[in-house]
Amino acid sequence: MSVPRYWRKQQNRYNLKGNYCETCGRYFFPPRVLCPDCRRDGKIVDYEFSGNGTVRTFSIIRTASDDYDLQTPYAIAIIELEEGTCMTAQVICEPDEISIGMPVKRVFRKIFSEGDSGVIVYGTKFVPA
Amino acid sequence: MREVAVVGVGLTKFGERWDTSFRNLFVEAGAKAVEDAGMSGDQIDEMFVGNMSGGRFVLQEHIGALIADHAGLTKNHIPATRVEAACASGGLAFRQAYTTVASGMQDIVIAGGVEKMTDVGGSETTDALAGAADREWEGLAGATFPGLYAMIATDYMNRYGLTREQLAMVSVKNHRNGVHNPIAQYRKEITVEDVMRSTLVADPLRLLDCSPVTDGAAAVILCPMEMARKFTDTPVKVLASSQASDTISLHDRRDFSTLDASVAAGRRAFKQASLTPKDIDLVEVHDCFTIAELCAIEDLGFCVKGEAGKLTEDGQTAIGGSIPVNTSGGLKSCGHPVGATGIKQVCEIVSQLRGEAVGRQVDAEIGMTHNVGGTGATVVCNILGV
Amino acid sequence: MVGIITYGAYIPRYRIKTEEIARVWGANGAEIAAGLGVKEKSVPDLDEDTITMSVEAARYALARRDIPRDAIGAIYVGSESHPYAVKPSSATVGEAIGATPVMTAADFEFACKAGTAGIQTCMGMVMSGMIEYGCAIGADTAQGAPGDALEYTASAGGAALFIGNEKPIAEINRTCSFTTDTPDFWRREGQTYPSHGGRFSGDPAYFKHVQGAAHLMLEQMGTVPSDYDYAIFHQPNAKFPRKVSKMLGFTAEQIGPGLAVPRLGNTYSGAVPVGISATLDVAKPGDRIFVTSYGSGAGSDAFDITVTDTIESDVFNRSAAPTVEELLANGKYLDYALYAKHKGKIVMQ
Repeated sequence: MSVPRYWRKQQNRYNLKGNYCETCGRYFFPPRVLCPDCRRDGKIVDYEFSGNGTVRTFSIIRTASDDYDLQTPYAIAIIELEEGTCMTAQVICEPDEISIGMPVKRVFRKIFSEGDSGVIVYGTKFVPA
Repeated sequence: MREVAVVGVGLTKFGERWDTSFRNLFVEAGAKAVEDAGMSGDQIDEMFVGNMSGGRFVLQEHIGALIADHAGLTKNHIPATRVEAACASGGLAFRQAYTTVASGMQDIVIAGGVEKMTDVGGSETTDALAGAADREWEGLAGATFPGLYAMIATDYMNRYGLTREQLAMVSVKNHRNGVHNPIAQYRKEITVEDVMRSTLVADPLRLLDCSPVTDGAAAVILCPMEMARKFTDTPVKVLASSQASDTISLHDRRDFSTLDASVAAGRRAFKQASLTPKDIDLVEVHDCFTIAELCAIEDLGFCVKGEAGKLTEDGQTAIGGSIPVNTSGGLKSCGHPVGATGIKQVCEIVSQLRGEAVGRQVDAEIGMTHNVGGTGATVVCNILGV
Repeated sequence: MVGIITYGAYIPRYRIKTEEIARVWGANGAEIAAGLGVKEKSVPDLDEDTITMSVEAARYALARRDIPRDAIGAIYVGSESHPYAVKPSSATVGEAIGATPVMTAADFEFACKAGTAGIQTCMGMVMSGMIEYGCAIGADTAQGAPGDALEYTASAGGAALFIGNEKPIAEINRTCSFTTDTPDFWRREGQTYPSHGGRFSGDPAYFKHVQGAAHLMLEQMGTVPSDYDYAIFHQPNAKFPRKVSKMLGFTAEQIGPGLAVPRLGNTYSGAVPVGISATLDVAKPGDRIFVTSYGSGAGSDAFDITVTDTIESDVFNRSAAPTVEELLANGKYLDYALYAKHKGKIVMQ
C-alpha cells in the first residue's frame, strides 16, 4: 500500500479519532462520512474514543501474511469500545490470557513495517485493562 | 420476466493445476458447458465471468475480454463482463446472466467463474484473500481471512455450546461426499481425529476446517425456458436468484454468528420461488470454513440458530439425511477456486436434478445454492428445480 | 519558575536474565551479574520501538496532568535508536499526543544523554517565553552486539518530562553541562551495533564528565551532597553510579530510589529520565534532587531540582499512571532465542 493511504488515517489509528451521528447518537469507529441509519439527515461530528473496551470475540492468528508473520501467534479481537461501537484490533497478551468479556485499554504500537526500508505504520492495539 | 433454464454445465478438475493457465482453465470449462448444451459458441449472446482477484493471483485485469478472446467469442464481439464480489463472484455472474435472460435482453448467456490461485505463494494468497473483508480496518489490523471466520466460531461456540468435534464433523461429512465427485480436489475421507490433530490456523479453526487454495473454473449456459428443449432433454429451471449485502466488516454486524445477508438472500429466494426451506431437497452452501456451513444452514432456515451442529452430528446434513448439504464435497473437499465456486454450486445442483451425480446422487427435484463473499458482505442464493 | 510539570515512564514487559545471556556465550552469569550489578534487563515487544515507548511515556505523563495539547510548543525525543535514520520520532509523538501542528520538534542524539539535552532545550525555550510547555523524552531500544559486554545491559525503556513555568511539581533550580570530544563509545552511520573503548569508557569518560558536571553544579549552587535528599546518576550498570556517587560524597540511600538499572538494565537515553521518574514516584514536597547524566562522546548535564507542593495537589494525580516500580514488576522472562527474535538479531530472508 502507498504512503498517503497510511498517512491520511494517522489520527484515526493513533488516537482512535472516529465520529458519531448527532441525529441518532450512534458512534462510528472506524469513522463514517455518512450515518447508515440517518443518511442525509444525519449530522456527523468528530469524536475521540476513550480507548477502553471489552473483548466481544477473538482468535489467535497462527498463520499470517509476511508483514505480520514475525508476530505470530497473536491475538486478534473484536473490541466493543465503551461508547458502543466495535472495531477489530490486536490484543497484546499470551494466547491463553484472552477471553470474551475481558476489559481492555488502548496502547500505541507498531502495526507493521514495509520491510527494512519502507514506512513503519503505527497505530492502536489493546492490552488487558 | 421470462422463465430461465440452465441448459449446459461445464467444470474443470479442481485442484493444484500446475500445468494449466488462468485463461485455459476457463476455456476448458466453457467448452464443456457449450458441448453439454449441444450448441455452438456462435449462439452465445453475452458472457459474465466471476473472478475475485486476477489482479493479485495472475496480475491480469480486463478478464471479460481476455476470456471472450480465448473462448473464441470475440468473433461476434459479444459483450463480456467480469463481475466481482470476492468469493461470491461466481454467484454474482450467475445472477447477472439470469437477470439478463429473464429480462428479455438476451437469449443465450454463459455465466462462468475462474480462479488461478497457485501462481503465487502462500503469503500472497493470504494477503489477497484478506481483501475480501475490510482491508483498511480488518486486514491492516492483522486479521487474516481465516481469523475473521475464527472470530465467528469463537462467538458461536461461546453462545451456543457448539463442540469442537461437531465443527470437525462438517469437514468429515464434506470429504465423504467429495470422494464421489470426479472433479473434487480431495477425494479422500478424513476422520474427526484428523481434523482435531491438524495444525491450528486461527483458533479455534484448524487446517482441516479451512477450504483449500484451488485452481479451477466452472461455466453454465442459461436460456429462456421456452427455448431450453432445443438444447437439452433435461433443462433445469431457475426458480429464484437473489442477492443481498451487509457491512463489509465483521465488527459492524448486529450479530457475529448470523450472516444477515444470508438470511435476507435466503428469504428473497424463497419468496420468489414461493417455497419454504422444507421444500428444498438439497443445498450447496458456502463452507469456506466449517463454521460457515453451520451458520448457513441456520441462516437459510433449515434449522434454528444453534442447532446446526447437532443436525450435522445426527447425520441429517449427510446424503440420506433430511437436508443433504454440499453433496459436491463443498468448498472444503471439492476445493475453492474463489471466483468459480458460485458456478460450481449451480453445476452440482444441475447434476443432482438431472440424476447424473453418480455415487452421491440424492432423490431431488429442488435444490438451492448459497454463495458468500467475504464474511457475509455479499450473499447470492439460487433455487433450481425440475 | 521553570520546572517539571508532569512526568511518565515506560518499560516493556519482557525481561531476560543476565545469566541467560551468559549461558549462550559460555560465560559465568553469576559473576557478570554481580560485577555489573545487573540481574536482568527489559526487552521490547516485537511491535515496540523508541517511538511507541515515547508515546506511551508521554501519554502516561499527560494522564497525571492534563495540559492543553495546543500549549505544548516543543517535543524533543532523545535516543540512539530512532526507528528512522531520517524522519523524526518527535513528529509521530506529537501526532499521537495531539500536540500537532503548532509546535516545534526534533530528534536528539548525544549517546545516553540526549534525553537530558532535551530537558535543557525545553528549559531554555520556556524561560525565554518561546513556548508554554515543552516535552523532553529520553528513550531507547538500546543496542548491544551479540556477545559484547553491552549485551548484558542494553535494554528498553524511556521517560517523558514536560517542562513549563506554571506550577511545576518540581522546580529546576539550575542546569549546567560539561562536554569534551572523548570517543569512548560510538556507532557509525549504517552500523547495527555500537563500538566502545572498553575500559577507556571509565575514568577518562564516564567518571571525568560526571564528576566535572557534578562539581560544577555544587560549586555554582554552593551546595554539598548532604543538601540533597536524592541523587540520580547515569547508570550504564550499577557499578558506575555507585562508585561515582561515593567519589562525590553521596550515599547509597540518596541514589537508591533512582537506581533502576539492577532490574531494568541500561536504557541509554532513557536511563536518567527513568531515574528521575522513579525518584519523583516517591518524592515529597521540599525534597531536593541532584541529577547528572552522561553521554558518550562525551558530556554530562547536571540538574538541581526541588520538589514542590504541587506534586501532592489537586492539579497533579501521581497515581494516574504506573510508577517505575510498578512497571518493573511482573516481567515476562524470555530465553535467549526469543530475545534474539524480539531484538531483530535473527537475520530473516
